[in-house]
Amino acid sequence: MTILKNNKFIKKLTKDKIVFISMIILVLLYLSIAFAGFIAPYSKSFSDRRLSYAPPSKIFVINGQGKLSRPYTYNYKRTFDPENFKINFEMDRSQKYYLKFFSSGDEYKIFGFIPCNIHLMKVDSPGRLFLFGTDINGRDVFSRLFYGGQISLTIGFLALFISFPIGLLYGGIAGYFGGITDNIMMRIAEAIMSIPSFYLLISLAAILPANMTSIQRFALITIILALIGWAGFSRVVRGMVLSIKNQEFVEASKAIGASSLRIITRHILPQTASFVIVAITLSVPGYILAESGLSFLGLGIQQPDASWGNMLKEAQEYINVLYRPWLLTPGFLIFIAVLTFNIVGDAVRDILDPKSHARR
Amino acid sequence: MSIPVYILKRILQAIPLLIMVSIISFVIIKLSPVDPLAELKLNPAISPQVLQSEKQRLGLDLPVQMQYFNWAGNFIKGDLGVSTSGEKVADRLTERIPNTLLLMICVIIITWLIAIPLGIYSALHWKSTFDRFLTIICSMGMAVPTFFLALLLLIFAVKTGWFPVGGLTSVGFDAFNPLHKILDVAHHLILPVTVLAVASLAGLQRQMRGNLLDVLESDYVKMARAKGLPENKVIYKHAVRNALNPLVTLLGFEFASLLSGAALTEFVLQYPGLGRLILEAVMKSDINLVMASLMIGTVMLIAGNLIADILLKFVDPRVNLD
Repeated sequence: MTILKNNKFIKKLTKDKIVFISMIILVLLYLSIAFAGFIAPYSKSFSDRRLSYAPPSKIFVINGQGKLSRPYTYNYKRTFDPENFKINFEMDRSQKYYLKFFSSGDEYKIFGFIPCNIHLMKVDSPGRLFLFGTDINGRDVFSRLFYGGQISLTIGFLALFISFPIGLLYGGIAGYFGGITDNIMMRIAEAIMSIPSFYLLISLAAILPANMTSIQRFALITIILALIGWAGFSRVVRGMVLSIKNQEFVEASKAIGASSLRIITRHILPQTASFVIVAITLSVPGYILAESGLSFLGLGIQQPDASWGNMLKEAQEYINVLYRPWLLTPGFLIFIAVLTFNIVGDAVRDILDPKSHARR
Repeated sequence: MSIPVYILKRILQAIPLLIMVSIISFVIIKLSPVDPLAELKLNPAISPQVLQSEKQRLGLDLPVQMQYFNWAGNFIKGDLGVSTSGEKVADRLTERIPNTLLLMICVIIITWLIAIPLGIYSALHWKSTFDRFLTIICSMGMAVPTFFLALLLLIFAVKTGWFPVGGLTSVGFDAFNPLHKILDVAHHLILPVTVLAVASLAGLQRQMRGNLLDVLESDYVKMARAKGLPENKVIYKHAVRNALNPLVTLLGFEFASLLSGAALTEFVLQYPGLGRLILEAVMKSDINLVMASLMIGTVMLIAGNLIADILLKFVDPRVNLD
């Protein structure tokens, strides 16, 4: 892991402006989900059923007399238009609600254990601050974007922590022992690879029992995502191990009498480190996309938990989106996260693997 | 090795693979908590005797391995069973597979027609403004989730009314004349093809650019230049042809990712393809249909890889088939 400690690596990585900006965006994204409770005006479970599909709140800084004022907003009132059979939202201009910054509101926990109730901004109840409107249950889309990000942006990494060790060990064993072991192990990996991955993904997700707690479901979805990814990775590792295992240092440790498992995990696999780092950064976006696709279909993370994929589920009906375009916001966040991960991943690969094709 | 022998060998190799895939999918299905008889059990009008005979008819009273052999035997005979809605699974598949194949072939042709010239241009004008611009556009194209792009295009289609939404044919398709029929199908294909092409275009363009950059540095290109060949000839006769070879191998991978990407696109755009069929089957826990779709998807993938390998033999005579 010396590469990571090396300052040159970071310097090279930040030299390109686009890569640098991408890294900053990624850091911001992860900071914002770490402090989701602070940034989000409302808690995960908050909902105002009277205001389902309310449009985004408008923030005013100039008051009725045309003078500059502290930012304030109006509430929406739902009215029914019986002639056109349509629900309209009108601003109720009778009562101003001033935005309050760093004031106390709903309770939440930082990192899951430090209790806190300070919010970046809020308005006093019964005022409502819906920066990106609300969904069908009257929940604040803006707040849920951050809670959803907590799942969407971490599930990929967690899946990697399962699939990569499996792939490494599997490929390592197959490559090191060779012969029949290798043949059988690789045929199994190939069988998994030859099922179209998305077909396998949805079939596995569909067999999850319905009555699970959200944490169980989260864990099982992570495992399923990991089950899809390890096979292809293990094949590349095996190829590398095949060429490493004939080198002298492996002979040397054999002569000392080290066990096979020790030789594989301590001497051979560390040689693949730079490939593994590149493969990890390049496969995170794939996991993010897979989770969002699964949740979008309703097979992944379930309501009332938020994930960017299942928030987009409401956008499946295009009538919904035509009149409520704010429901599309999670899609743009997925796009930004995947884009920045790809850019950073490419840059990492260019540095660690100079022979790679894609040049900037 | 001649090509027919090679194909035969690959098919023989595919058989154990398919057996393994079938075991994997059978285990998955058996792990499913859904009881195929649940609906009958809840119905008070159905007596225990009927339930028992139904169980026997479906073979659910047999041990698991016997159930598997029954299913596999029927599968080989071409009997894929009956879906929950009572239709023959084989019929539903034969109705959907051509649609998905049509979609994928259109996507592959279009991506190659666009991506290869763009890749060549980018490589020849390496680090120019246009190359940088293309690189950014391509990264963006790779980052859009297919279902999100499909949603955006769907809204676009509904707002403008320029494209039909859902299906592959318009109402009254059977009465159209042949030319009208082709145009109608093409009109319906535009949206799904665009969605899938955007996703795979970017990867292909970048690959072509990288390959050509590599080839342009090789000795034989320098040699060709040194002996005074015109630059056009050097590039299009020597460099581009060699840069194309790795792309042909990639065709197999492209096929795999298209098959997966097509499922979500077909779902959002209501396109009657295999991907949407398996999605609907999974949601309804239609076991026979899911099993058969998994198997057919795998067969398509293996066939795609085989075709890619044979194509490679045609473009690059140096390749040994063995």
